[in-house]
Amino acid sequence: MKLIFRPYSKTSFGLSLGLTVFYLSLLVIIPLSALFFKSATLGVSGLWEVFSEDRIQQALYLSFGAGGVAAIINLFVGFLFAWVLVRYDFPGKKILDSLVDLPFTLPTAVAGIALTTIYAPNGFIGKYLTPYGIKIAYTPIGIVIALVFIGFPFVVRTVQPILEDLPKELEESAYCLGASRFQTFTRVILPELIPSLLAGTSMAFARGIGEYGSVVFISGNLPGKTEILPLLIVTKLEQYEYAKATGIAVLMLVLSFTIMFGINYLQNRASRRLG
Amino acid sequence: MKVKSNHSVLRSIAKGIGILALTSIFSLSAYADDTLLNVSFDPTRELYEEINKKFVEAWKKKSGKNLTIQQSHGGSGKQARAVIDGLEADVVTLALAYDIDSIVTNSGSVSKDWEKAFPNHSTPYYSTIVFLVRKGNPKAIKDWDDIVKPGIGVITPNPKTSGGARWNYLAAWGFAKKKYKTEEAATEFVKNLYKNTSVLDTGARGSTTTFVQRGIGDVLLAWENEAELALSESRKANGGTAQFEVVYPSTSILAETPVALVEKVAAKKGTTEVAKAYLEFLYTKEGQEIVAKHFFRPNDAAILKANVAKFPKLQLFDVRSIEGSWAAAHKKHFADGGLFDSIYGEAKK
Repeated sequence: MKLIFRPYSKTSFGLSLGLTVFYLSLLVIIPLSALFFKSATLGVSGLWEVFSEDRIQQALYLSFGAGGVAAIINLFVGFLFAWVLVRYDFPGKKILDSLVDLPFTLPTAVAGIALTTIYAPNGFIGKYLTPYGIKIAYTPIGIVIALVFIGFPFVVRTVQPILEDLPKELEESAYCLGASRFQTFTRVILPELIPSLLAGTSMAFARGIGEYGSVVFISGNLPGKTEILPLLIVTKLEQYEYAKATGIAVLMLVLSFTIMFGINYLQNRASRRLG
Repeated sequence: MKVKSNHSVLRSIAKGIGILALTSIFSLSAYADDTLLNVSFDPTRELYEEINKKFVEAWKKKSGKNLTIQQSHGGSGKQARAVIDGLEADVVTLALAYDIDSIVTNSGSVSKDWEKAFPNHSTPYYSTIVFLVRKGNPKAIKDWDDIVKPGIGVITPNPKTSGGARWNYLAAWGFAKKKYKTEEAATEFVKNLYKNTSVLDTGARGSTTTFVQRGIGDVLLAWENEAELALSESRKANGGTAQFEVVYPSTSILAETPVALVEKVAAKKGTTEVAKAYLEFLYTKEGQEIVAKHFFRPNDAAILKANVAKFPKLQLFDVRSIEGSWAAAHKKHFADGGLFDSIYGEAKK
């Protein structure tokens, strides 16, 4: 019985906990509290001034809006990818599977430049859309495309292993009990996948909000139209407005944390229901 | 039980720190006495490669010592910030005086009257803002007035993030103020300019890419040397004929690109003498010729004259004549709530 409560010896746990806490404070807690302290030099009214700036609010809507839209697109596209990769066999599957990781390995600036080359009005795809008055690069649509690109491996890679490990018997018994294909999917498979789908989507969303490299190339950076929050932080830094820059960072941090917390809560509830 | 476990957590943290301290032994590399770090901005990369080579030779001849010069390039504002945050530059050679002023106010490692330390407001070479248009100049762009006409696509970076973009902005502003006399008219002029802008890249090089590679816009506002570089690249890619032309407006800004000695760092590293000599080298005949070769305008009147084909004469005004100083110009135009913000706020509507 004792073994179950304490499977590993206490000393090694102590050391690993110590290292974990030390690393975490060095890499996350100390820098983040420095962020708060720096922005505190602005005072409440200064912070409020930062948040009430028109440009910042518009960038805020754009960053979170585009991040959200991209995450939802990724939810569907990523799920489809994971499904195809797990359920079907076809030539070139291995290559496709490794291509999924490409957005992870590619420097995002490279992705941004490549996407802009394709979607610019004289680009490979852009030139066919321009005659119909459709603009992609230098509009919010371009931003969404960049964010879909950099976010989609998250959904695929979180859903894939769960889908792989799903016992065949579950579906077989559903069939035996007379469920239709659609019912099996919505009632049996989907509930199992929801926690991982949520996790993947939230990671894609998180990545999208903070993304800088790929977006600055495709967005055009027009104030109030296609300016994202991370760009505004850079803007403030270029003017040596350190406190204001950290003010925006704190705003992003608080909002992201709230959203992540909400998603985690949903995810926990979903997995608990499966129990 | 609880107290004890708290205790053990603390102890294990202490243990963790101990282990880390043991494993991470930082090798403190000693400073070689003859190493200089020049922190500069983007378009000077090729210029300083050549300057450094020549200066190392000259220094060897003069003092018998070997010298290594390291270069660091990036956006001018970013580079200044790195120096403020502790990058140990011996000298800075940046895109605008405002960035060096910021080092003075934010870290004090550069002396307050750096502008008087070297001739010509510490500006060994300068540049100006010109237009790059498409081959044959299809929109017939001749001067500043032509680029604010409706329907002209203008490419310029964002003044909030780019030093070059601030020069572009002030060049247009200065032209309008001189021609139309009032501040309102100048504001109107700049507003129309940004109405014609559909992409604001974060840096000068990005804007060049947008114009040259993506084929967006009719006119690119660019550093003179950047325009020449784009031209020669295009010539290379298209077998000798460029896809672009440089248009020299009737008047433009004297874009002073200043240099300064980072005194505190140099004193600490014991490189004051060589760092000073390095900056002075830029003013010598040899230095000035290299400067001209890389399309920066040399101070030396004779060398400028010898390169008249490269640097057509145009009327230049400096920031002091239109706004008093860089600090004043920055505050009025580019700081938060400044004219650029309000111009953009209205241009959008």
